[in-house]
Amino acid sequence: MPLRGRGSTLLRMVEPTILGAVVDLNGSPRYVHQGWFLISYANLSVILLMIAVFALAIWLPFPGAQKDE
Amino acid sequence: MSEGVESSTWTGRVRDAGVAAFPPDRLLPDSQPVYVASWVYVFGVLTLAAFTVVLLSGAVIALAGPAWWHTSSLGHYVNSVHLWSTELFFFFMVVHLWGKFFMAAWRGRRAMTWITGAVSFLVSIATAFTGYLSQQNFDSQWIGGQAKDGLNASGIGAYFNVLNYGQMLLWHVLLLPLAVGLLIAGHILLVRRRGVVPPLPAEKEEQ
Repeated sequence: MPLRGRGSTLLRMVEPTILGAVVDLNGSPRYVHQGWFLISYANLSVILLMIAVFALAIWLPFPGAQKDE
Repeated sequence: MSEGVESSTWTGRVRDAGVAAFPPDRLLPDSQPVYVASWVYVFGVLTLAAFTVVLLSGAVIALAGPAWWHTSSLGHYVNSVHLWSTELFFFFMVVHLWGKFFMAAWRGRRAMTWITGAVSFLVSIATAFTGYLSQQNFDSQWIGGQAKDGLNASGIGAYFNVLNYGQMLLWHVLLLPLAVGLLIAGHILLVRRRGVVPPLPAEKEEQ
């Protein structure tokens, strides 16, 4: 029990740091800038994710869908 | 009132018109055409689910007040739920909009369905904008400062002053959510009335 308790405490302390290292939401934003084109990485990521989800929604078969014409 | 006889009261006429436009099996259908079995048809209801979470989390932080959502852990959590459900609301709504655009979803007397959806999107942007203005931090101050000249130049500043925190908060918690809610309700009723739009090839075969 003590080990388990210590482990979960350690996880609680480390987890936000790990997540914070992946996406730093408190830092200043970074941008993609090519000539007239300027967009933050955050906005670009969301747009690319929406396009990916849209493509998957069309491509992936729906569970239980029939193939009959 | 018996069938074929027009009611003499306005309540009766409204009821008859309502039942004629929305018979119970059309208002709450228990089956859909086979082409609805596709992931691209799911994003409308996902948008609605996210909107429900937005309203519920917004109601909680409105009841508890700014002193709670700025200072307590639970307040921060509910505030974040409100933000991220809004992010998901827009995410799902944009994918829904793309799906309907490429299906030409205004076909088959569905123009008003398309228009109410598009206007809901625009009013939702205004609602989210007033939410950013209601944060009470440097971010909201910056956004208000950047927006004021453009909006005031349009002449709307007398009723929609982005530097007036109290006014923006009331637009955000009452007027705009009410408008979005009514538009979404009308949009869903129109979907029930006209039915879900079929894919493009399916409609060509029908004609």
